[in-house]
Amino acid sequence: MPNSRIKVPESAAAGESIEIRAMIMHPMENGFNFDSQGTTIPVHIITDFVCTYDGAEIVRVQLQPGLSANPYFSFYLTVTRSGSVDFKWTDQDGTVTTNSAQLQVT
Amino acid sequence: MTDRADNRRALSRRSAMLRIGGGVLLSLVVLPGAAADEDAAAAIKQLYGEREPTAGRISLQLPALAESGNSVPLTITVDSPMSATDRVLRASVFANRNPRPLIATVLFGPKYGTPTFGTNIRLSGTQDVIAVAEMSDHSLWSAQVRVLVTVGACDALQLRY
Amino acid sequence: MNPLELRGLAVSVLCALICTSASAADSAASAAPRSGYSYLSEETRRLQDDEFANPGMLWVQKGEELWAQSCQSCHGQAHDSMRTVATRYPAYSRSLGRVINLEQQINRCRVTRLKGGALAYESEDMLALTAFISHQAKGLPVNVRVDGAAAASFARGRAFFYQRRGQLNLACANCHERYAGFRLHGETISQGQINGFPIYRELWQTMGSTHRMFVWCNEAVRAEPYPLGSREYVDLELFERWRGRGLPIETPAVRR
Repeated sequence: MPNSRIKVPESAAAGESIEIRAMIMHPMENGFNFDSQGTTIPVHIITDFVCTYDGAEIVRVQLQPGLSANPYFSFYLTVTRSGSVDFKWTDQDGTVTTNSAQLQVT
Repeated sequence: MTDRADNRRALSRRSAMLRIGGGVLLSLVVLPGAAADEDAAAAIKQLYGEREPTAGRISLQLPALAESGNSVPLTITVDSPMSATDRVLRASVFANRNPRPLIATVLFGPKYGTPTFGTNIRLSGTQDVIAVAEMSDHSLWSAQVRVLVTVGACDALQLRY
Repeated sequence: MNPLELRGLAVSVLCALICTSASAADSAASAAPRSGYSYLSEETRRLQDDEFANPGMLWVQKGEELWAQSCQSCHGQAHDSMRTVATRYPAYSRSLGRVINLEQQINRCRVTRLKGGALAYESEDMLALTAFISHQAKGLPVNVRVDGAAAASFARGRAFFYQRRGQLNLACANCHERYAGFRLHGETISQGQINGFPIYRELWQTMGSTHRMFVWCNEAVRAEPYPLGSREYVDLELFERWRGRGLPIETPAVRR
């Protein structure tokens, strides 16, 4: 499972809008690179990213090869109640990577 | 005498070849402009339909000059109260001279907070980056920013190492 | 103006021109070391300084996991035991009888103590471990020893740096010393310091070691590169570290 990195504040007040950051290690091959033998490396990207919190999708990103490698996202969610913030990346070959963090509501 | 005549013929043949070659080369050179913008416009239509987006309500933050096209930081900010009845549904980012104009589409959920989203994109060279947003009332809004790129993303890796 | 005055004027104008061009670019061998960071754009610097979003931190994070799995049982907390490692390597190894770099030291541990396999250069695990270990020294000044047992390696490394090579017949010094600060196409030539390695290089869209960088540079002047981990590159690495002595460790640095 590729290495992923997330940043969720440990605690926040209800109603507050907090920044969430997420990144995953992935080459996001855009199909324009060559290997040492001169063969084109085919397109290989993460196609989907979704962050879920309190039973709903906060954000969903449909990725294309035009995004940089090791895709990084910064977005905001509205704090409602304590619970886990879940992250899911789906590779074009179906591999799923997940991560999550606990958010405490004060 | 004969040699000189032959030389003259050879020279004119060579200059003819040069002219033909030059013409072929010129026709191969991709003239920037109209064709690229069409691709981006077609990509926008494919996702958002035939209606023309209105400029405004979405803004793009990008460096004016990117020293590496491989990782250009981008932030989109939407002017929206993000209430149940008035919020942004989705936004897409396009680059009109990239080999594939569509870069990403972001779907904003009902519990999305401050309407700002950031990521890093690839740009193949100096071009316009276009963002299109669809609001909950299905109105379409757009923003466009020119970015100067020193080293493009797509042609930089034709190296073994 | 008489000829003598004219000559005097010409000489002073010439001096002024040379002095301004020299100050405009740190081209002299005696110029103070400048990190690659100082040649970056605002955005790239911000990316490097961002503790979370710096892409190299993905490898540091991975390295932390690997450390906990294999190295911690002997070496304890990396922040204590590995604090100055990156500032001191490459270093002379008494058991091997030659100067080795961090990758070779890690593999030595793995093969002899852990009875595990050696990690390949540029493999994700090797980059992760070197990034993690070097990151422990972040902020500390580079301070390699080039005397005593390391002297021969240092001399070879220095010779390599000044040796012209390849179809373009260029030595490292031709660009990174003589023309550091000048522009090559759209980019400013840096001093080629290595205080931030392993780096996240945007051109590669991944992490890379000093040896990968040397290979790339040799290819750029159309010279046949040496193998990763070769003695030539370890010697060059030692010289380069010495050249950048005093610069802070920046691992994981972000470069173009």
